[in-house]
Amino acid sequence: MSAAAPNVAAPSVAGPSGGRLRPYALNAPALAVVGTLIVVPLVMTLVLSLHSFGTYTGVTDDVSLANYVEIVGDPYFHEIFLRTLRISALVTLIAAAIGAPEAYILHRMARPWRGIFLLVMLGPLLISVVARTLGWALLLGSTGVVNQGLMALGLISAPLRLMHSETGVVIALVHVLMPFMIVAVWASLARLDPQVENAAASLGAGPFTVVRRVVLPQIAPGVLSGSIIVFALAASAFATPAIIGGRRLKVAATLAYDEFLSTMNWPLGAAIAVLLLLANIVIIVGCNRIVERRYAEVFR
Amino acid sequence: MSRNGPLALVFHALVVVFALAPIVIVCVVAFTSHGYLSLPTEGPSLRWFYAIGDRPEFLRSVLDSLWLAAAASTLAVALAVPAALAIGRERFPGRGALLSLFQSPLMIPHLVLGIALLRFFTETGLGLSRWTLLAGHLVVVFPFALRLVLTASAGIDRTMENAAASLGASRWVVFRRVTLPLIMAGVVSGWILSFIQSFDEVTMSVFISTPETTTLPVRLFLYIQDNIDPLVASVSAALIFATVIAMVILDRLFGMERLLVGPGRG
Repeated sequence: MSAAAPNVAAPSVAGPSGGRLRPYALNAPALAVVGTLIVVPLVMTLVLSLHSFGTYTGVTDDVSLANYVEIVGDPYFHEIFLRTLRISALVTLIAAAIGAPEAYILHRMARPWRGIFLLVMLGPLLISVVARTLGWALLLGSTGVVNQGLMALGLISAPLRLMHSETGVVIALVHVLMPFMIVAVWASLARLDPQVENAAASLGAGPFTVVRRVVLPQIAPGVLSGSIIVFALAASAFATPAIIGGRRLKVAATLAYDEFLSTMNWPLGAAIAVLLLLANIVIIVGCNRIVERRYAEVFR
Repeated sequence: MSRNGPLALVFHALVVVFALAPIVIVCVVAFTSHGYLSLPTEGPSLRWFYAIGDRPEFLRSVLDSLWLAAAASTLAVALAVPAALAIGRERFPGRGALLSLFQSPLMIPHLVLGIALLRFFTETGLGLSRWTLLAGHLVVVFPFALRLVLTASAGIDRTMENAAASLGASRWVVFRRVTLPLIMAGVVSGWILSFIQSFDEVTMSVFISTPETTTLPVRLFLYIQDNIDPLVASVSAALIFATVIAMVILDRLFGMERLLVGPGRG
């Protein structure tokens, strides 16, 4: 790709090694596409969320905060947002509790196994979320493998209700999002110097002391940034809660979907989307600041 | 180097079972010979794989998804290469802002993107078509293409380009004969990662799909919302087999670790 028109007209600006305008010319196509398809639609959604909606009038052109007042004031919406928060927090905690130790175990594995199991852990990222969630629907159903196994073992007498339950949604979301935790922790493990662990062990520290006092403090930033990603993705997850939770167990994302495509109350759906986006940005930007400030010396 | 203890290996085995269980169960149930969801107790049967052939809408969705993923990742790479060459190697005012904007689709939930694009396409009178769906997919996969090309272009030795230019090569020839081959690994892996991201995208596509253009994940999702039968298991199993084959090829070509762990977000 050569620079735009000034190439011939003003050789001093666009010399052989590139002039001042060259980086902008190179970025212009991407900027035009991404700018148009991100900024304009988001602004339109924000404006839409300020309009109101009537069954007979459709979307009207008035501007007010009525939709936000409705969401804040209605206990029905409170329940859904609280549930979304509860599910996301649980998913993050469990993903960290499983993903961080698993990443450490993978890190300590010998050569062929390490690559093979890293592929087993991260490969699911590339498999369609719908196919993975379908697997959980098959496992968690009342006649599914999990219930039949537990009953055969005599642990329960009647099948547990895992489908259409928060427990089911949490289990499936942990599975879908755990690879992100492993990736984040893996990155911080790569910076770990094994000699420090060996030094601690040679000074008489037991394996648990080494993990708690030497390894954990060093991978903490990785666990935290993994948690931010997992929490943000869990809070806005759609396909998994829609399939496992069904229409009755709504979360914020499925609520917005229903407002848009079933109730056709677009302004209210847009307001929920705006709140989700704001929450996402606050969490990601805010937590990243904290992580960076707290662990500035680790990132250097 | 110390080895994992027995406790760690038991933990690891449980995590592996957890990670593989839902994927394995889909592939097992897909081979059932019964007319309802069940394990293939009477031996494996291809009944439900043949049944896909009787549902032309699934096959059409496969073609739609393939076309869309190929077009979106090709366009994304075409936009990402010049942008990455500028951002990765030059310092100019606004560079940070551009990079943030280009990476912003990673921070925006796909649900929000779907809603915003649906509003945008209907409000501007463009309507919904395969072209607007393509535009949506382009935005979603662009950060992945950019990230991998950016990594590749940051490591280029500029003296080679300067040498070519000083020997009289035009700027286009320098790009095609020197720069592009140097960043080729990043371009190819960026294209593949974009292709997979587009092929798997469901949340945004649910909002801007049309009855004429419905991608495979969206078709599966809408079908599962109504009922779950062995047919969706066989379609999903076929999807999983295809992904695993692609994964093995990718691992041989580039190494999975580099593609997935890479720099920045996974």
